[in-house]
Amino acid sequence: MEVPYIIKERGDTGLINSKLGIWIFLASEIMLFGGLFSAYIFLRLAAPDILITEENIKSGFQVGEFVFAFKYWASELSVPLATVNTLVLISSSVSMVMAWASLKLKDVSKYKMYMGITLLCSLIFLIIKYFEYTAKFSHHIYPSSSTFMAIYFTLTGLHGIHIIGGMIVMIYFWLPIGNKMWDSQPELFTNRVEVLGLYWHFVDLVWIFLFPVLYLL
Amino acid sequence: MNSTSHNHDHHDESFIRKYIFSVDHKIIGLQYGITSLLFLLFGFSLMAIMRWQLAYPDTPIPIVGFLFGESGTLASEQYNSLGAMHGTIMIFLGVVPLAVGAFGNYLVPLQIGAVDMAFPRLNAASYWSYFIGGVIMISSFFMPEGAARSGWTSYPPLSIFENGQTIWLISMVFLITSSLLGSMNIIVTIVQLRAPGLTWMRLPIFVWSQFVTSFLLVLAFPPLEAAAILQLMDRVAGTSFFLPSGLVLSGEIVNVAGSGSPLLWQHLFWFLAHPEVYVLILPAMGIVAEILANNTRKPLWGYKSIVYSIIFLGFCSFIVWAHHMFLTGMGQAMSAFFQTTTMIISIPSVVILTSYFLSLWGGSIRFNTPMLFALAFLPMFGIGGLTGLPLGLAASDIYLHDTYYVIGHFHYVVAPGTIFALFAGIYHWFPKITGKKMNEMLGKLHFWPSLIFMNGIFMPMFIQGLAGVSRRLADGGVSYAHASGVLHLNEFMTTSAFLLGIAQLPFIINIIMSLFSGEKAGRNPWDSTTVEWAAPSPPLPHVNFDSEITVYHSSYEYSVPDAKKDFIPQTEK
Repeated sequence: MEVPYIIKERGDTGLINSKLGIWIFLASEIMLFGGLFSAYIFLRLAAPDILITEENIKSGFQVGEFVFAFKYWASELSVPLATVNTLVLISSSVSMVMAWASLKLKDVSKYKMYMGITLLCSLIFLIIKYFEYTAKFSHHIYPSSSTFMAIYFTLTGLHGIHIIGGMIVMIYFWLPIGNKMWDSQPELFTNRVEVLGLYWHFVDLVWIFLFPVLYLL
Repeated sequence: MNSTSHNHDHHDESFIRKYIFSVDHKIIGLQYGITSLLFLLFGFSLMAIMRWQLAYPDTPIPIVGFLFGESGTLASEQYNSLGAMHGTIMIFLGVVPLAVGAFGNYLVPLQIGAVDMAFPRLNAASYWSYFIGGVIMISSFFMPEGAARSGWTSYPPLSIFENGQTIWLISMVFLITSSLLGSMNIIVTIVQLRAPGLTWMRLPIFVWSQFVTSFLLVLAFPPLEAAAILQLMDRVAGTSFFLPSGLVLSGEIVNVAGSGSPLLWQHLFWFLAHPEVYVLILPAMGIVAEILANNTRKPLWGYKSIVYSIIFLGFCSFIVWAHHMFLTGMGQAMSAFFQTTTMIISIPSVVILTSYFLSLWGGSIRFNTPMLFALAFLPMFGIGGLTGLPLGLAASDIYLHDTYYVIGHFHYVVAPGTIFALFAGIYHWFPKITGKKMNEMLGKLHFWPSLIFMNGIFMPMFIQGLAGVSRRLADGGVSYAHASGVLHLNEFMTTSAFLLGIAQLPFIINIIMSLFSGEKAGRNPWDSTTVEWAAPSPPLPHVNFDSEITVYHSSYEYSVPDAKKDFIPQTEK
């Protein structure tokens, strides 16, 4: 006897197992990133002001003024690149929904296209992130440079790992093995793509929070 | 259920598929059980070595002394390592995997009449993640740096500079992943796979306790994972999340960016570690509820108030964490808030314990081994809980903080509390798991000495703690003025500890002997009402039950007036 409610919803809860599972997983993810965002707030509240001198001057500041440490270090980050990345991720979320909707309409070739676009977007995101990171390293800015940079690299790094994790599953579903799953169990495969989509929207949502908190504040 | 799915129960499986990489919740539960019992034994041995050192400082350790260098005595660093590893192993590798991994996995699907957990493969992944985490944790003893020695709490700045901590953190990431996968699975299983007719208010208390426990694990562990990532960054990438500016180490200012906060770690850590206390105690309460109802032959007193109390405990456990931090100088307002919530959270615990005591009233009690352990749980947990109240109030905690009083308090909750309940559970469900009953005589030979020696170890700790003896002294207090009046107790406690170890022999013999030559148990040897006893003993691989399960009654219909027998199983009309 197989485990029930994998494809058909249970009557009284109105849920399939995997959907409830992913929501609980996302709840724990919220607590994970929530813990890190709390750490950010905690450290930001205790952060000092930096006196700008000839040695530590950066563009946009004047010698002799006091600058809030988080503002001082955030000026190193590239807002245009991050804006592009935000748009890229939002697009990927849209195409992910379209991929799932195509499966609901039983159009596998469209699904392939939209899932391909989602994959492409996440790849663009990672490439831009790579250039951001290497730009910092070439200026000798590392996680150890300051508390702000430490939390910047930790949060975006962990978010990047989540992107890569999502991409691995996307590739798995996009390759011919996805077609096979579709052919043998179309409903199950559609549910899997939906659950992957929920995860992907969450990863995007984390970025929507990271972008203002790290780049704009 | 669809036609294309594979039917597992009809083709033969290889040994490895069946017993090693199984996806059957019963096998995984047993894997969890055996591994965690071995870890408990290992954690106990570490403590035995520490207790030798406390009673006879700088005397060579008998038998295993050669492991600690030529002198055969325990150096202070080694003592610290053993302390840190004892705590970590007992909590994260012993008690929680036994209570949630083993009991939860084995019993929850059975008690709700399900064929398996909702995600069988995830379940196996959970066990193997736990196993890898355990191997990494143990391997740290053999690393050049040695095992972690900053206590199980790993407070920075010490933990950032002390040896062995990196391995500890990596192992924790695996253990956190394991408990996340496991508890997710339990929640989905309980919500989705309850048998027809098994409504929420018909669930056994054990299932309720696992349900709330799983939520605690899902929501409280991630912040510790976050904290572990930050500490790993501090150690590996040279960041200073937990290191303040101008920190001096060995007379020199540490060269880091600074402006971090050691308090941040404590907040993140205790945000997990307080709910963790309820992770330790709730499954134990669940097990005791099952055994009490069964052996008093009457319904549990106040089923609904127990359920609501368990849920309330779960919620409340998230807002009491800083009562571990009264001494950090976090401020009066914070202390006032957290001691208020701490007093509030003691109410549901008292409600539950009172319900259990009232359940005994007027029952015709059967004093078998599981019942003895369950009965002992009540006063032992009571002592542990009540001695916690002075620690929850800032004024008295400032005096008692970090003394042996604290050690006595939480060991009463976990050792003669939770571990006794787990023993009770093993004796109670052994017939279901193996089809054989455990020996009553050996069981009593296990129970009575264990009860006496547990108290022999932990009761004197209150006396030492009230005298002001600090909890982390490697020499047992020889060089500590406060300890001089109560130093003589160390020998008594150490003797009790060794005797407690010997008292576990009947248990081990009992398990092995009963497995081969135990009295055969039928489906329902205890005349119990809950659903798991409707399955054959042992339950069938992969499908558990040999008939369709439908539930018609609430969980504890014992001694119903005018019934034919003194119990009505949930599955009988």
